[in-house]
Amino acid sequence: MPFNASRGLKVAAGAGLAFLHLPIVLIFLYAFTTEERSFAFPPPGLTAQWFAVAWARSDIWPPLILSLQVALFSTLIALILGTLISAAMAGAKFWGRESLSLLVVLPIALPGVVTGIALRAAVPMLHLDFSWITIVLGHATFCIVIVYNNAVARLRRLSGAILEASADLGANAFQTFRYVLLPNLGTALLAGGMLAFALSFDEVIVTTFTAGTGAASKTLPIWMLDELIRPRQRPVTNVVAIVVFATTFLPILAAYYLTRDTAQAAVAQK
Amino acid sequence: MSPAIFAATTIASRLTGVFWRHPKLLLGLLLAPPLLWLGMIYLGSLAALLVQSFYSFDDFSGLVVPEFTLTTYAKLASPANLSIILRTLLMALAVTLASAIIAFPVAYYAARYARGRWKAVFYLGVMLPLWSSYLVKVYAFKLILAKEGIVTWAASATHTDWLLNAALALPFVGGASLSSSYLGTFIVFCYVWLPYMILPMQAAIERVPLGLLEASSDLGANARQTFWTVTLPLALPGVIAGSIFTFSLTLGDYIIPQIIGTSASFIGMAVYQLQGTAGNVPLAAAFAVIPILIMLAYLTLARKAGAFDAL
Repeated sequence: MPFNASRGLKVAAGAGLAFLHLPIVLIFLYAFTTEERSFAFPPPGLTAQWFAVAWARSDIWPPLILSLQVALFSTLIALILGTLISAAMAGAKFWGRESLSLLVVLPIALPGVVTGIALRAAVPMLHLDFSWITIVLGHATFCIVIVYNNAVARLRRLSGAILEASADLGANAFQTFRYVLLPNLGTALLAGGMLAFALSFDEVIVTTFTAGTGAASKTLPIWMLDELIRPRQRPVTNVVAIVVFATTFLPILAAYYLTRDTAQAAVAQK
Repeated sequence: MSPAIFAATTIASRLTGVFWRHPKLLLGLLLAPPLLWLGMIYLGSLAALLVQSFYSFDDFSGLVVPEFTLTTYAKLASPANLSIILRTLLMALAVTLASAIIAFPVAYYAARYARGRWKAVFYLGVMLPLWSSYLVKVYAFKLILAKEGIVTWAASATHTDWLLNAALALPFVGGASLSSSYLGTFIVFCYVWLPYMILPMQAAIERVPLGLLEASSDLGANARQTFWTVTLPLALPGVIAGSIFTFSLTLGDYIIPQIIGTSASFIGMAVYQLQGTAGNVPLAAAFAVIPILIMLAYLTLARKAGAFDAL
């Protein structure tokens, strides 16, 4: 086993990593271009005016607020349901355990378009209308697995003995949950919640199926999709892309630092 | 003075006793809300999808006829629709293979050689693009592959226009520009799903015991032989785990081929367009059943190959 990688491997690995990042750098560059009709490279000139233009555009704010609202509700639901499943799975072995783990993973293992069209088919059958609530229904469903993965990885490392010790010392089930389990799970849940938030905030595939018509259920990714298909001021789209990127980037980075020790176990299962 | 043995006085402690005596009750209480949610909203919707796929669509009235029939599946088997399914499968296959090839060096280096700070750089370097906004990444490629964009510029700056033009002149996959050809669609798919391939691959390579590699070289195998006969077979579950994502995500995606590529339809696009403007939910549902069946078969095979341990 050689301890130094061959030059070829280094170059291939570095090129692979660069391939993953260069496109995102370009998004930043094009937010400053003076050319608003095409994607000419190199940009003919640089300007910061698009940030001010984007700030003043009244059609961007409602989608941004709606996206934050949807992500918040979806994350809360996913946190509650994901924690409950992980608590059940970390404990006893029970009949149907395998099927349950498959059921939790299914919403992300199957293509998003399946979840989308399934909800699209089901909601009218129940005589319900599409609105931002139906967006949350879809988002929360595939966010559960994110919270679950983070929580269950932490629970696996947690020794069952400390729960027994807590009971031996006279704590009831709720006290054990509040004073022993929750502090130990805390950062894992926070990380899972942040990833779920990031995922929900920029989700578009399921959203297009579950959103109602009209401005009231236009999330920021749907706004961006409209701009991609019918571009107006292209650099403004770039500014919004940077906002979306930053809103998802920071929680992801935070989640990494919160679960660094178990990060490998909870390997991103988006 | 408190008694030595606490009497179960509060509701909380009484419940604790009940949970202790009936662990199944606690389990049931924990599982009831998530099971209700996933069972009713997710499985319920999937069932609705299946039911709808057995309904038919009246082209004249534009209404769904809620009676059991197989005509929708008969329509699905028309040559035009079969070619959409075939095109999607070929794309998913090509993207999965290409992602595996591009991902391997990154995963191998990160697993075997990267240490300390570099380990974190590689891990975050893959994690961040994986989680960062899907639409932003697709948009980035609209910029890159545009006719006046950076690829064309870089090709002329390095005098490799001929290479780009030759690639675009290829029959079937080529086109007027990268942003309006299958080649462009393929590149974007590879880019967007690449991190999903790298992470499980890296995890699998990390689990290959170093002792086995040493044993292999002690027994006289050269680096190439060790790679093909020891490392790769042991890392294969990771490759399969990654391919679940690249394959599944390509099968269902409808935004990438809509924004970058020819106007030819893919399964996801067909589902989206049929339910949207046409309102033909039954045929859209029947289309969506295809990826479900393919992925269930794929997941079953992957489970047999031990890929779930590598997730």
